[in-house]
Amino acid sequence: MSATTTATERYVGTRVKRKEDAALLTGRGTYVDNLSLPGMVWLAIVRSPHAHARINGVDLTAARAAEGVVAVFGGADLADDWKAGLPCAWPVTEDMKNGTHFPLATDKARYQGDGVAVVVAESRALATDAAELVRVEYEPLPAAVDVEAAAEDGAPLVHDELGTNVSYVWRLDAGDVDGAFADAAATVKGRYYHPRLIPNAIEPRSIVVQPNPATGDVTMWSATQIPHILRLLAAATVGMPESKLRVVAPDVGGGFGSKLDVYAEEVLALALARRLGRPVKWTEERSEAYLATIHGRDVVQEMEYAADADGKITAVRVSLTASMGAYLQLVTPGIPLLGAWLYAGAYDIPAYSFTCTGVFTNTTPTDAYRGAGRPEATMAVERAIDALADKLEIDPVELRRRNFISEFPKTIASGLTIDAGDYQASLDKCLERLDYDGLLEEQQARRDGGDTRVLGIGFSTYNEMCGLAPSRILGAIRYAAGGWDTATVRCLPTGSIQVITGTSPHGQGHETAWAQIAADLLGYGIDEIEVLHGDTAFSPLGLDTYGSRSLPVGGVALWHASQKVIEKARQIVAHQLEVAGDDLEYDSGVFTVKGSPDKTMTIKGASWAAFAAHNLPDGMEPGLEAMAVYDPPNFSWPGGAHAAVVEVDTETGDTRLVRYVAVDDVGIMVNPLIVEGQIHGGIAQGVAAALYEEGRYDEEGNLQTANLVTYLVPSAVELPSFELDSSTTPSPTNPLGVKGVGETGTIASGAAVMNAVVDALSHLGVTDVQMPATPERVWRAIQEAKQ
Amino acid sequence: MRHVALTVNGEHRELELEPRELLVYVLRERLGLTGTNVGCDTSSCGACTVLLDGESVKSCTVLGVQADGREITTIEGLATNGSLHAVQQAFHEHHALQCGYCTPGMVMAAVSLIEEGEAGSEQAIRAGLEGNLCRCTGYHNIVKAVAAAAGATT
Repeated sequence: MSATTTATERYVGTRVKRKEDAALLTGRGTYVDNLSLPGMVWLAIVRSPHAHARINGVDLTAARAAEGVVAVFGGADLADDWKAGLPCAWPVTEDMKNGTHFPLATDKARYQGDGVAVVVAESRALATDAAELVRVEYEPLPAAVDVEAAAEDGAPLVHDELGTNVSYVWRLDAGDVDGAFADAAATVKGRYYHPRLIPNAIEPRSIVVQPNPATGDVTMWSATQIPHILRLLAAATVGMPESKLRVVAPDVGGGFGSKLDVYAEEVLALALARRLGRPVKWTEERSEAYLATIHGRDVVQEMEYAADADGKITAVRVSLTASMGAYLQLVTPGIPLLGAWLYAGAYDIPAYSFTCTGVFTNTTPTDAYRGAGRPEATMAVERAIDALADKLEIDPVELRRRNFISEFPKTIASGLTIDAGDYQASLDKCLERLDYDGLLEEQQARRDGGDTRVLGIGFSTYNEMCGLAPSRILGAIRYAAGGWDTATVRCLPTGSIQVITGTSPHGQGHETAWAQIAADLLGYGIDEIEVLHGDTAFSPLGLDTYGSRSLPVGGVALWHASQKVIEKARQIVAHQLEVAGDDLEYDSGVFTVKGSPDKTMTIKGASWAAFAAHNLPDGMEPGLEAMAVYDPPNFSWPGGAHAAVVEVDTETGDTRLVRYVAVDDVGIMVNPLIVEGQIHGGIAQGVAAALYEEGRYDEEGNLQTANLVTYLVPSAVELPSFELDSSTTPSPTNPLGVKGVGETGTIASGAAVMNAVVDALSHLGVTDVQMPATPERVWRAIQEAKQ
Repeated sequence: MRHVALTVNGEHRELELEPRELLVYVLRERLGLTGTNVGCDTSSCGACTVLLDGESVKSCTVLGVQADGREITTIEGLATNGSLHAVQQAFHEHHALQCGYCTPGMVMAAVSLIEEGEAGSEQAIRAGLEGNLCRCTGYHNIVKAVAAAAGATT
């Protein structure tokens, strides 16, 4: 650096503390439920207590007469308000069957919690009181609950007009699978049911809609992950111009996929606010959320491997039966297919057969929940490889090594190309950190000593595809939209920058990480950069936050927008310094004339010059601002090696996670502090699925785990501190070298824990335990193995 | 309606309350103190934790009228003279929050735990925070932050 430039602090790769924290730590967050507007009324939804019932009548008389009530409507009253049903954006096959889905049911209630009427009143309490006065005459019907039973002939039909509960069958085949199984030295077959999970973002959903009856403009604040997609589809559902609707996602209290949807309540609040000409607010109660917010998983997986005598896996054959729930929400049918390419995991398996049958059931719709299809795939892949190791009497670590993909880029049998990775390196680091040999000794010592608290060690050497996604591939798999994202860099004349992103964070720290990226590229201090997000008024284009896409798509868009700013600034500086653009060297915000280190000008200087516009090149537009839209050429491919150590009490079945080691390759880390936080939280959700959480219905379709008392979200007591490390291969797909990280922990961890549970009991003859490994299930597995 | 007088973050407040109004809604909707969040309806999540006469309580489990004559501290009242409380500062240093929704309750619970001298080890901190759920962090960094604020060794 020359004497006339100042050394710029580098931010990318460092543990910058978050810009978001100051407001959130002092109670100054902007969550939707904090919002109150003059003249605002409250919405309450009357929901079906039955999973499946004909609606023979709705009597609104008493509710309409109640104190403070502004309006009460049944489903039929609002039928003309909808120009389309609630949207499903992923018709996965040409002949996929889909029932009609209006925001309120009119003919039948199809799951417990299906909305049948709405009440609008002057306060939250009065709306709730009046909702209890709505009388609905239900004729209960038999319910289709179990996903496999629902697919059979004669099952109660969720949507009568379809004549079946099977929505679609989707296949992917490559290579000679039958031949590989015929020639196999060993085969394994397992049934790995992944239970239904309930996302439980700690902030319940909340919506405020403010209409302007004079202009027809409407602003909707929603606790959503997808303000842009919501604007597009909510406007279409009520038949208003998209240009008249502004959607704002302010601070959003977690999502994990559950706020990646266009919900009935959003379009109801929109339609009612336009009808009534007053702001309408709805905030979900937690117990209501258990019914009305999407669930995840609920997939039966029949998984088979064929292998040769050395343990080299030669083919995989997998068949899924996936519960859609009662309706197809935004991306419901596509969720199990996000795992469709991954049932060979990190292993080089030449022959591949995948089938998924999507089935309607009288349950809350399923949709994206953290990992979405990939935790299920990893569970089947990693449980089956342990089963194969057991059958071949090869150490599960050694069997993984023999099968790892070892050269990149690698086009896998399912057809996609993994850009980079080093699975052996992650595993080596994981084993070292774990002290695998020491643990094996301790495990044996406890067994030999007759200790009732036995030890189990389980691995998950996962990979995954995320960063949704190349638009062309999304088109080829029939997803309705693209997978690009946007960034705008706006250099203000007085030395600060606004970065506008099309991604929509809800805890991921984009305000900090995006500022780090822009600060380094443009030579600004991190506090000189403000990152704006989540408002369609100032970010007209964006595809929001889900599928671990924000950094590898939106973050890379920011890189491209920054390059455009640098190139325009170069022309301005060249003009002002009277040199050619090629004669300028650029580093961290400073242009220097080659060979004349005293002749310099900064981006900040150029942004003032661009604003003043007194001396710009001929024909150049004033202002220093650029937008880039980035469409990635490939998915993002994180991977790594996770290991869980559990202690199981063989007398009670009580199972505790005592250690967890995770070595992840998430590419270049913009902010390791934030990356670790993402992985911690991800691991916790996978561990929860393995040991505690299960959304359970009875045969009549009553949700038995319908609140935080009966659905066991783990507290700090149930989890250990996690031991993290990294093994990095930069992604060659993008100039930042980054990969997605939001879902890796959840994708990997459940399988590691389940493998550890089975390993703990293997000396007792236990070969499988179904999820979640509750004390009862573990105890029963031990008793059954004894017989 | 009942007449209720209480002190909130050092300020004397008088209100006419319906007997059924929960303290958390009194704080949020009557007094405009929206920092205290509501995360459930079963007293499970602890997002609404505040200090009542210095001890942590779930404000969804206290009626407004029960707070008559008592002193309440919410997240808005924790920082003094513009500087963060040690627990808030530690949460920032250790990245103990992501979406931030559980954070006010988690911070208030931690303040109470430390003041009670019950944050002396990782195990004690985990046990002491059992009533507060976080879905983002896996608790790892929360435990670290509380230990740091308590000066505990973990």
